Amino acid sequence: MSQNYKPPRLTLPVGKRDHAQGKEDAPLVLLEYGDYQCPYCGAAYPIVKKVQKELGPRLRFVFRNFPITNSHPQAQWAAETAEAAAAQGRFWEMHDYLYENQPSLGDEGLFAKYEKKLGLDATRLVREVAQHAHSARVQEDYMSGVRSGVNGTPTFFIGGARYDGYPGFGPLVSALEEAEK
Amino acid sequence: MLPRRQGVGHGRGFYIRSVLDASVSRAVSNRSPSILKPGSRAPEFTLKSTPDQTVSLRDFRGTPVVIAFYPADWSPVCSDQMGLYAQVMPEFKNFGAEVLGISVDGIWSHLAFAKDRKLNFPLLSDFEPKGAVSMKYGAYKARIGESTRALFVVDKRGVITWSMLSPNGINPGADGILSALEKLK
Repeated sequence: MSQNYKPPRLTLPVGKRDHAQGKEDAPLVLLEYGDYQCPYCGAAYPIVKKVQKELGPRLRFVFRNFPITNSHPQAQWAAETAEAAAAQGRFWEMHDYLYENQPSLGDEGLFAKYEKKLGLDATRLVREVAQHAHSARVQEDYMSGVRSGVNGTPTFFIGGARYDGYPGFGPLVSALEEAEK
Repeated sequence: MLPRRQGVGHGRGFYIRSVLDASVSRAVSNRSPSILKPGSRAPEFTLKSTPDQTVSLRDFRGTPVVIAFYPADWSPVCSDQMGLYAQVMPEFKNFGAEVLGISVDGIWSHLAFAKDRKLNFPLLSDFEPKGAVSMKYGAYKARIGESTRALFVVDKRGVITWSMLSPNGINPGADGILSALEKLK
């Protein structure tokens, strides 16, 4: 292993366009490129929640789309559904709901019910997804991931550098705290 | 007077400054060769892509080629390195590039793996003699008997313009390849 190895860095820094939880000036930044249909991202979902709980206000968590459309036929639809929910101010609720209902991705009835529960304009949301109104946003996330060195899903970036370690709770917290120093 | 050594194939001798330098150069030659650097001609090869078809590097003269050596088929992730390249293929095609994946797996493993990951580029079998092509590129770990994760971008004239060795266990992604393809003339 080369001693001089440096992992690739984000080519598109975290900014106003991003879906983020936590304060803008939080010292620790965890960014995930994820695919809603990927089981590894599904497994990472509760781990990220645990990391957020552990680090509290010190952490900013950012999610960007990286749908592996080749293997995951519902991933694009799911990503666009989350972005359409974002357009009505409810990104994180939809992001969470998608991961909590991975086996039901594509079940439009289930998601329409949830959209109504959230008080969203479900008709508008479904229309925007059908018309791919948010596909450009998803594509922008995806290309930024490709150029930043995303090598699968989930790919995490800590402090702007690709995290190549095991995506478990302990290692992620350690790596985040290490990056702060 | 410092000892003078005649290099093989060189017109002039070169100096070895000390016994320490001599032992360092001995140690370097005992290690497996490092991966080929930009500027080298990409070594020619012919490898099987299916039980009855072969692929040769010279088949692609005139187009840029991405060569991805990797240890083994069937790593257990959603989008492993080969799957990622299949996903990112439209970006490679923007540069007119072809992609070749090479590991020492046999051709039947390659076919099943390519089908499973829906790969849209050939996987070549560096099976017999084992790792011979990988070795020519400095991309073989003899003790383990697998290729390393070494990437090469070869221009349309057959010259390596970029190469990268990814550390053990790290999937290098596509960013370095795309940056290298962008720089091709």
